[in-house]
Amino acid sequence: MTFRQKHLLGIEPLHPEEIRTVLDLADQYVDFNRGSSKHADTLAGLTQINMFFENSTRTQASFELAGKRLGADVMNMAMQASSIKKGETLIDTALTLNAMHPDLLVVRHPHSGAVDLLAQKVNCAVLNAGDGRHEHPTQALLDALTIRRAKGQLHRLNIAICGDIAHSRVARSNILLLGKMENRIRLVGPPTLMPARIDEFGVEVYDDMREGLRDVDVVMMLRLQRERMDGGFIPSEREYYHRFGLDADKLSVAKPDAIVMHPGPMNRGVEIDGEIADDITRSVIQEQVEMGVAVRMAAMDLLARNLRAKLDEGRYA
Amino acid sequence: MKTLLENARIIDPEGGTDRIGWLLIENGAIAGTGCEEAPQGADERINCAGKCLAPGIVDIGVKIGEPGERHKESFASAGRAAAAGGVTTMVTRPDTTPAIDTPEALEFVTRRATEDSPVRIAPMAALTKGRAGREMTEIGFLLDAGAVAFTDGDAVTTDAKVLSRAMTYARSLGALVMAHPQDPSLSKGAAVTSGKFASLRGLPAVSPMAERMAMDRDMALVEMTGVRYHADQITTARALPALERAKKNGLDVTAGVSIHHLTLNELDVGDYRTFFKVKPPLRSEDDRQALIQAVASGLIDVVCSMHTPQDEESKRLPFEEAASGAVGLETLLPAAMRLVHSGQIDLPTLWRALSLNPAKRLGLAGGRLTAGSPADLVLFDPDAPFVLDRFKLNSKSKNTPFDGARMQGKVLSTWVGGARVFGG
Repeated sequence: MTFRQKHLLGIEPLHPEEIRTVLDLADQYVDFNRGSSKHADTLAGLTQINMFFENSTRTQASFELAGKRLGADVMNMAMQASSIKKGETLIDTALTLNAMHPDLLVVRHPHSGAVDLLAQKVNCAVLNAGDGRHEHPTQALLDALTIRRAKGQLHRLNIAICGDIAHSRVARSNILLLGKMENRIRLVGPPTLMPARIDEFGVEVYDDMREGLRDVDVVMMLRLQRERMDGGFIPSEREYYHRFGLDADKLSVAKPDAIVMHPGPMNRGVEIDGEIADDITRSVIQEQVEMGVAVRMAAMDLLARNLRAKLDEGRYA
Repeated sequence: MKTLLENARIIDPEGGTDRIGWLLIENGAIAGTGCEEAPQGADERINCAGKCLAPGIVDIGVKIGEPGERHKESFASAGRAAAAGGVTTMVTRPDTTPAIDTPEALEFVTRRATEDSPVRIAPMAALTKGRAGREMTEIGFLLDAGAVAFTDGDAVTTDAKVLSRAMTYARSLGALVMAHPQDPSLSKGAAVTSGKFASLRGLPAVSPMAERMAMDRDMALVEMTGVRYHADQITTARALPALERAKKNGLDVTAGVSIHHLTLNELDVGDYRTFFKVKPPLRSEDDRQALIQAVASGLIDVVCSMHTPQDEESKRLPFEEAASGAVGLETLLPAAMRLVHSGQIDLPTLWRALSLNPAKRLGLAGGRLTAGSPADLVLFDPDAPFVLDRFKLNSKSKNTPFDGARMQGKVLSTWVGGARVFGG
């Protein structure tokens, strides 16, 4: 078992072996969560603070549940309503919180790099729950776990990531993770929604869904943000759905057993057809939510072990 | 009063020479230089021990926080930093709060500078009122009050009609217009240069093409109006052909580049280090190499520090939100020495870009060693190594990208008008 990280800020610093460690432990937590007694004392005595500077229901609930099931004391802070509005800087907020001795800090922030910045200023373990367009590591880990359980492997798969790559932290973390695990990654979407020089990331880029989805094992759809729909990046919602929305016709060129994924929340009829999303033979969207809790439990468990080991070291040194 | 500096390695940008000799200062001016036997009869003789003696740096584009942001930098603190960095003339920017856009405001700058700064100040004034890009300033009055150039800083005038009129008016008075060639609609909101690194970090980015587009537009306007034009910073390889063409076609155009774009590249931002956030953003290594060549060949005329003090508060923010700019008065010389130590440029050529060209472009008397020029000089050890500690800088603001960097090149003494303002 290998997991040496102090924080979980992104997929970029993780070694493939560390990714496997998280996923193996998460597998155990999936069984645990399906049992009748969903409470453990793994994180007992530790304080977990969820700081969300950007609205989130699913991710926050998932982290909260993960912490509570492992016995941590969990506190949610709605940062949108807090002192940030009064002009306090991120670092001052971090220092204030740090003085309260939290052990696990779960942070989402609208700016890339903000979670890294915060992590430099606190003593506890920091989990990135999404920073700007940079990374969303637990999403990539839960996607990986979903794929591994559905396909029985997490290497040598053809995986298509479709939609708004440019503004997506989910896409970035997934490209990094799936690349580290040696899969073939295709990115499919209109060129206005592709980041610059994305071809240098070891991926294949397509602007045609039928070409991009041909013979893939996994179709990963991304959410298209409402504010990008009108005119600026794409001409209209209906043209986008026509060219890039996932429907039965476009999916038919993928492998017959290809799975369909979506990080949620979905825009039915914009990036994905409602019937595909609900087709339990193809869609693993509900499993992704289930894996999310398990992966977050695993990540917090591993970080807490490193944290405790460090504290013990300090005590006996 | 005669002071003789002897046994000095004299860097003469005008003659393009680098040799051991002497320099005589008489009544605040340079009385002569030579490499034969030193003249007798000096009141004071200083043995320079073979260290480099060069004209003091003329730094175009220094931001001082007066008026408006004195907590970031004052004339006194900037002046001390300049003296310690071998900068003998600070050509100040008008992008203060409020902007220097009236003769009265300019007189304030001149008065404060004379009171507090140990080095010379040559103030620039805004080209349009409030730097808003709508109405031109009183260019005539401002010239009379001592403005050496007219610029709106990084506020690019998008209205070509307004800009062309301001240029035409400036031309009639022989005034120099300094512009910031960046297409503002492309560069809006950008924190870094677009490319693989920006995509990996998920930061809003600008295509390097924004600089070429603005340069193409500006060159057309210069051709149309005949104005004397200086581009504050050319930072990409793609903008160089437009500059080269304009010069070849006989337009009165010069260009500068900041030392940061010559010594750092986009990857230095690393894990969102905001001290590396400058405007325009740091570029690719290919761009940096092309810029060094352009300075060596003389295509780019001026190297400057683009000294932009920012307090800790405005830098300790997520990268996108953090303020742009870096201080540079004290690090300009040692950073520039990196280009010499890497063998890409020689000292007289470097000093053309640091002192002679900016002085000539602005019509200032300094920046050269000719007899009769003011004795604005810097004596430095080109090889002395040190590790930069940002808290030892004289600037009130400590936002340098070179914190902890190993550097070579130490200023030993600085003279302004024959008076020693730094060193012993």
